[in-house]
Amino acid sequence: MLYSLSSNRAGNVSLGVGIPPYIASWGGESLAYSEGDPYTQHGRSSVGVNRQQNREREAIIGASIVRPDAADKVRGEAKFVDDLSFAGMLYAKVIRSTVPHARITNLDFSRVCKHAGVVCIVTADDVPGENIVHVIYDDQPALADGIVRYIGEPIALLAAEDRRSAERAARLAIIDYKEIEAVFDPVAALKPGAPVVAVPKVVEQRPNLFNAMHIRKGDIEQGFAEADIIVEETYHTGYQEHAYLETQGAIAVPEENGAMVIYGTMQCPFYVQAAVAKVLDLPLSKVRVVQTTTGGAFGGKEDIPSVTSSLAALLAWKSRRPVKLILSREEDILTSSKRHPSIVHYKSGARSDGTLTAVEVDLVYNAGAYQTLSSAVLWRGVIHATGPYRIPHVKIDGRSVATNTVPCGAFRGFGSPQVIFAHESQLDRLADGLGIDRLEIRRINALKTGDRTATNQRLGKSTGVMETIKEAGKRIRWKDRLKSVNTFNEKSVYHRRGLGISTVMYGVGLGGKAPFLDKAGAYMKLEADGSLTIAVGNVEMGQGFTTVVTQIASEAMQIPMNRIHIAPIDSSRVPDSGPTVASRGTTMSGLAVINAAKKLRKRIAKVAGSLDITEEEISARLNEIAQAFWMRNLDPAVEGWAAGAPVSWNPETGLGDAYFVYSYATHIAEVDVDVTTGEVSVEDFVAIHDSGKIINRQLATGQIEGGIAQGLGFALMEEIKERNGELSVKGLTTYRIPTVRDVPSHAHVDFVEALYLKGPYGAKGLGEVPLMAAHAAISRAVAHAINTTITSYPLSPEQVKRNVALS
Amino acid sequence: MKIELIVNGKQQELDSAPGETLLHLLRRIGYKGVKKGCESGDCGACAVLLDDRVVNSCLVLAAKADGHRVTTVEGLAGQDKTGELHPVQEAFLEHGAVQCGYCSPGMIIAAVDLLAHNPNPSDQEIKEGISGNLCRCTGYVKQIEAIRIAAEKMRKSADV
Repeated sequence: MLYSLSSNRAGNVSLGVGIPPYIASWGGESLAYSEGDPYTQHGRSSVGVNRQQNREREAIIGASIVRPDAADKVRGEAKFVDDLSFAGMLYAKVIRSTVPHARITNLDFSRVCKHAGVVCIVTADDVPGENIVHVIYDDQPALADGIVRYIGEPIALLAAEDRRSAERAARLAIIDYKEIEAVFDPVAALKPGAPVVAVPKVVEQRPNLFNAMHIRKGDIEQGFAEADIIVEETYHTGYQEHAYLETQGAIAVPEENGAMVIYGTMQCPFYVQAAVAKVLDLPLSKVRVVQTTTGGAFGGKEDIPSVTSSLAALLAWKSRRPVKLILSREEDILTSSKRHPSIVHYKSGARSDGTLTAVEVDLVYNAGAYQTLSSAVLWRGVIHATGPYRIPHVKIDGRSVATNTVPCGAFRGFGSPQVIFAHESQLDRLADGLGIDRLEIRRINALKTGDRTATNQRLGKSTGVMETIKEAGKRIRWKDRLKSVNTFNEKSVYHRRGLGISTVMYGVGLGGKAPFLDKAGAYMKLEADGSLTIAVGNVEMGQGFTTVVTQIASEAMQIPMNRIHIAPIDSSRVPDSGPTVASRGTTMSGLAVINAAKKLRKRIAKVAGSLDITEEEISARLNEIAQAFWMRNLDPAVEGWAAGAPVSWNPETGLGDAYFVYSYATHIAEVDVDVTTGEVSVEDFVAIHDSGKIINRQLATGQIEGGIAQGLGFALMEEIKERNGELSVKGLTTYRIPTVRDVPSHAHVDFVEALYLKGPYGAKGLGEVPLMAAHAAISRAVAHAINTTITSYPLSPEQVKRNVALS
Repeated sequence: MKIELIVNGKQQELDSAPGETLLHLLRRIGYKGVKKGCESGDCGACAVLLDDRVVNSCLVLAAKADGHRVTTVEGLAGQDKTGELHPVQEAFLEHGAVQCGYCSPGMIIAAVDLLAHNPNPSDQEIKEGISGNLCRCTGYVKQIEAIRIAAEKMRKSADV
């Protein structure tokens, strides 16, 4: 009863039965459900509130409201970090390692210092605090201290009066190395006697093993004994680079009393605050972080801004002047974190009726030289390894391994796309072996409310995976389309068509790996003219967060959107609100805003009462009420808070409630493969998502369309080869991301909204899911077209031709 | 060396060091809407109109622009107090074609160039027109739609 398939792409959505209790009653308690069981709260207090009010609310929540930040962006007036400058500002350049593993025997900066314009140089010896970039484990030095572990590792910094001098002077540095044997392959790195990359304090059990994680559910032997068919395969994926259009950058500005302010492009202001405080040995209160308009991130601006900001801050601290550090595209591609290359082995069993009995997985992720976010990435990979399917017997082992390569980190999907590639391929092979339709096998095994996941978590009401499969199949007209594809292939010689389906689940938020980060604050102030200033701690990076939060605030406060302003994100305005990752921004900050609104509305209702303003008149006469606040010296500001629903996950067994809720999607792609050239073109695409209530349809659709393009890039074209620790691409000339010519000609995007009643107005996360589903739908379609098992990405023309030859 | 440029209708005499690109010069004198994405001509974020054709300003030496007209994204909207948006800007804003906004200035310039030379482009021609501009957020769907809508609007107002 909680599903409502929205069919009106333009805007307002018919909610049908199961309207969540986001009921605005001034002064009442039922504004949003932050306590108790919201569903019963709904039944108790919300039903019957007049329908007119419902319709007005729907005009905001679910509508395609134009994003307030778009005007500055189309005028070219949005201020990205490189567009800012400060009086006396210097320009930084990082001097980096040119070898993958070595002892530094000598640093000679005499010629650097003599170059015109150079103001200061910083090495590891100068660092006033701990020489560490704090992410999760403290193994990564801000500046190499005696040893370098990957090509591109920062060794020293310089600041000069202008950009050109900084770049030229940096080339004059002389660094002598004594090379150490290096290891680049994660399997080789785990063998006895392999060169030791990782700092001993951050490995488990043996050298270079950063993290090891396991899930054991049921009895895996019994599961395979019950199977009528078993398929086994090893899958490989390589690096994926974020290729956000705006490269990494930060400006550090020293302030009075020894404080430091950071302006930068980032996802996680509070990570940056902690990192800079550590490296400068400052209390957190003396580090203020301001996020500038951020030109795309996709996970790539989760960890790296802690590096760039720390480096800029070191130079600013030493020179006592503002310092700007902007990475060139080449520097960015070569030294920033990427998606972990993976080697993933699957063994999957099913009964003759298609029911899955057992899945055994071994995954190895190449983490690079330092831990950064690898433990969290691996964790998500392990938890998501079985997909949105009911499997009684599960055995999963995951390892992330240190090598002398660039550290890997967060990238949209966060360790899950690698296993999705594999689990969707395995499922198709089981279906083919059993003579069961590929869509049907997903329906047979899809998780439902009340089912248990691989970690034995019982799923709650917001489980719309089955509806995504059904709806996607309906939209593409699966059976008819299969027939037309087969007919095409019977007649065609040089082109082959294929249909691919992929179904995914995504644990929203940080879950059991980092429950202490699943929180968010909001600050809300009623100004004397009745307008509203709001500060939150999650960020806009293009995904539409600011718009969605404004919509939520508008709904919660019953104030028009144009009377609400979201202040620039500044770490001093709200408490640590965790990172803007894991598709958690809308859910967490949305709930914090609703919580703040609830408090402020209570006060407003009280003052309104004293002015004989009725409940219905409050919105229209808010300026009078606000003035009364001002005249009577009443406190017009409130703080809101949200904490993620508790999870109980046991790291020893890998069992428990891993995340508080999951989002789902099914994508179907139709491709055309030119068997002569190996080129793949995506001819048709359907994407059906369950992310609970969609707050802004235009933004959500846009995010999905972008995710499809990134997934297409991952599956078909984006490739970085690594040789002796050196990456094969140096810019966007050689790292090809999809252009307008590569994306599907048609993409049908829609939603089934399995409302998450503990989320803001029924919403749960969306951001990462589209990429996760898209790449697998496309690769499954290619496999279908050329009738082969595809075991590695990307499906470049060369690889497709190889696969054609093998099929 | 001294060069003369007409930037967004304003004549300027400027000093430029040898080797300086038009991108760096424009940003240096305050046209920050011209974005630096790759400095290798791959992404199109720095696109401007040089006289009446779109160029990647990172690939043009400032000296080569001497004596020419340059239009940046800042020069598209009305220069009066109302600052009315160019139809392409308006369509990008209204139809969800903007996400992070870093590619928007270059993409909008490319679209303006396209529509100046082809007021009624097919979808294929729109794709050709912006194929030199990378966007990592949108998947291009809403940008194609916005350009189609802007073209229609511009044709209608030209008919009037």
